[in-house]
Amino acid sequence: MRRHQLAQMLILGLIASAGGIALALAIDWFPKVGSHQADRIDTLFDVLLVASVPIFVLVQSIVLFSVWKFRMRPGEELKDGPPIHGSTRLEVVWTAFPALLLVGLCAYAYSVLGDIEKAKPNSMVVNVTAEQFAWHFAYPAAGGGKPVSSDQLYLPANRQIEFKIRSKDVIHDFFVPEFRMKIDAVPGITTKIRVDTRNQRRDYPVVCAELCGLGHATMRQTAHVIPQAEFDSWMQRKEKEAQST
Amino acid sequence: MTVARRLQAPGLPRAGLGLLMGVALAYAIVLPVRSLYGFDPVLDGEAVTIVSLLAAPFGFLFGLGAFDYWFYWASGRPTRAEDHSGHGAKSWRDYFRVNTDHKVIGIQYTVTSFFFLLVGGALAMLIRAELAQPGMQFVSTDGYNGLFSVHASILIFLFIIPVFAGLANFVLPLMIGAPDMAFPRLNALSYWLLPIAGTMMLLSFLAPGGSFATGWTAYAPLSTDVPVGQLFFTVGVQFAGASSVATALNFLVTIITMRAPGMSFWRMPLLVWANFSTSLLVVIATPFVAASQFFVLLDRALGFNFFVPDRGGDVLMYQHVFWFYSHPAVYIMMLPGFGIISEILSVKARKPIFGYRMMAFSLLAIVVLGFTVWAHHMFVSGMQEWIRVPMMITTAIIAVPTGIKIFSWLATLWRGVLHLDTPMLFALGFLTMFVLGGISGVMLAMIPVVIHVSDTYFIVAHIHYVLFGGSLFTIFAGVYYWFPKMTGRMYDERLGKLHFWMTFIGFNATFGPMHLIGLKGMPRRVADYADQFAGWNLFISLASFVVGLSTLVFVYNMVASWRGGPRAEANPWRALTLEWQVSSPPPTFNFDEVPTVVGGPYEYGVPGAVHGVFKKPAEVTATAGGQE
Repeated sequence: MRRHQLAQMLILGLIASAGGIALALAIDWFPKVGSHQADRIDTLFDVLLVASVPIFVLVQSIVLFSVWKFRMRPGEELKDGPPIHGSTRLEVVWTAFPALLLVGLCAYAYSVLGDIEKAKPNSMVVNVTAEQFAWHFAYPAAGGGKPVSSDQLYLPANRQIEFKIRSKDVIHDFFVPEFRMKIDAVPGITTKIRVDTRNQRRDYPVVCAELCGLGHATMRQTAHVIPQAEFDSWMQRKEKEAQST
Repeated sequence: MTVARRLQAPGLPRAGLGLLMGVALAYAIVLPVRSLYGFDPVLDGEAVTIVSLLAAPFGFLFGLGAFDYWFYWASGRPTRAEDHSGHGAKSWRDYFRVNTDHKVIGIQYTVTSFFFLLVGGALAMLIRAELAQPGMQFVSTDGYNGLFSVHASILIFLFIIPVFAGLANFVLPLMIGAPDMAFPRLNALSYWLLPIAGTMMLLSFLAPGGSFATGWTAYAPLSTDVPVGQLFFTVGVQFAGASSVATALNFLVTIITMRAPGMSFWRMPLLVWANFSTSLLVVIATPFVAASQFFVLLDRALGFNFFVPDRGGDVLMYQHVFWFYSHPAVYIMMLPGFGIISEILSVKARKPIFGYRMMAFSLLAIVVLGFTVWAHHMFVSGMQEWIRVPMMITTAIIAVPTGIKIFSWLATLWRGVLHLDTPMLFALGFLTMFVLGGISGVMLAMIPVVIHVSDTYFIVAHIHYVLFGGSLFTIFAGVYYWFPKMTGRMYDERLGKLHFWMTFIGFNATFGPMHLIGLKGMPRRVADYADQFAGWNLFISLASFVVGLSTLVFVYNMVASWRGGPRAEANPWRALTLEWQVSSPPPTFNFDEVPTVVGGPYEYGVPGAVHGVFKKPAEVTATAGGQE
């Protein structure tokens, strides 16, 4: 009787897990992929989903199965369950197995972290300054001249960009959902993130993700990713403008 | 009584006078000091407000009589020995007095907290109304920031934390066989600090420039920058925190010193273990949030430059100090709920708790680990990078003791005889929902995922699965479970079940989709959002109104049942723990005879098992059916 019930529940649970994993992977969770980092982070998230769904299903199956099979029937008002106080073996299993699983996931997340923060040789620096409630961008000039400043964010495609981020007043947060990367802009210090843009022309929203006051919700901008050649000519035009003023 | 008499006797009239004297004191301090320093203008609104916010509550408490006994004692005048005439509440007026009876205080605490739940919930309805469509409809952006800031602060500091203290205040002394809490006068003071903190936070809406609008996190330097309404949070938190600390000390001493004969630590119900663990967290962690807010206060009031980088200030320091409290605070808001669930599942499944000792140990493990994970709130804050990986590992590992609890509860259900009434439904609802909050919590340990989802609606979804699907479900479960004991009346089972299903469905429809829009990149704490999120936000808003309606069902059930529900038996659930062995509501001094504990608290299914007996200790011989 007991083994039979356990087997019945396990089979139902396995079917539900398989369905749950298929559903979780089928849902389009993320915005478009706009960077190399996004690829890695999306894969990590999928792995986490695959690990999570069976645990979620396990808990739900046991609850639902217990409600179905073990609920009080008429006439059982004064009946008690069997006095089971515990099982050391089970307790060891459900302590050790989650611990191992979690350490494994952490190890994988650690390797992803190393990858998405790795510096590449040809990376380009963009200085970002946040203030209530706008973003300003500055590009170091090629010949070491006056930096090019702009209120528009243009980025070359297929290139690593190192954003160096500062704030003039309160804390802001530089966030491009399609890049999957964000970092706070903190008064007094310079923070940085690296983003490897994809080889694709596209516009992405830049949003402020840290509450910064009454204009927080509207502190939005656009990041224009354009081919390298186009970016170079934009830079040259901007450098000329900077010199003429 | 004449007016003069009334103003001399402790009570609300004198408290009102004390309040005014506190404000007068603020003027009396600010005006001379500012004129001595030659400041212009001599009368500064913000300065007077700060001193008033600190002084007026003490005036109120003094007037109410919260300090009377200590003042008599300190001044060498004869103290009035406690004759217990104030014990028990004979009419509703007794709840508006300083009362030292833990059962009265428990009800004061619980009802006050639920009042703030309704306020916080109403604010949530306004938030969802504004977010139903993109663009601004009802409030200004600053007004919106105020709504969610007060919503979170009220529900965290004035609902979840104190309501657990309230429920435990009522049942914990009964559960351990004690006549009252260890420090009844301190207990009364702890309670009266709460309405002060809550009123202060709500009064901020009247402040020039609007209420505090920097979130419940109040990150500096935004919080040192905004209008004066911020101070109502800065100071309000001090009073709520002081209340927490005082109650936690009271629980610790009560649990350690006032257990009935025979109640060893390993015979304590898990609710007692849970409050023991929570109280340890509160006593150690709460001073840190007090410190973080004093930094803000000193920066604003006296120009200390803690958060001005040009003057050597350090902006990130605020977040470290704040989260060193506020992460343990998540467990402060969860562990008592774990205790409630253990009580209910065992009684309603008619089985002993599976792995009792591991349940207690895992609580203590959470207490210790809870202090090692705070910086996972700061993975994108720009703090030193090396600390992230250790904090990722501890954050993931803290899921292990939590997992032990979940699996042990599931094993408790297995082959039981499940009574599926309202408390049990909420307990099972908690089990199924909290595991989702736990899973998203593990995802939020993984740094690369956090880099993308922090400060988005994914966080909003996670925190509500933990605090609503987790804490609030346990609170509802506990309120229904102990309602007969606290009021002596039975609640309406049909309305209870209706409340559960409306809440359960409305809750999931509200917060489930937030995971998705968060992953899609919608930032949190925004009054307006990109058009791509419009569809889901409308859906979420509509679902949230179902949750709002379900709360009205709950309130009606509670009020109507308390007034006219059928009389409750002493032990309607056939539970073994001591609070059910006395009448409902319990006698004024809890136990007419001191109970002796002879076995574990959850020996369901063991033939003839009892937890406590009402005999003189010498007469107790056999430990009938007990596991020890």
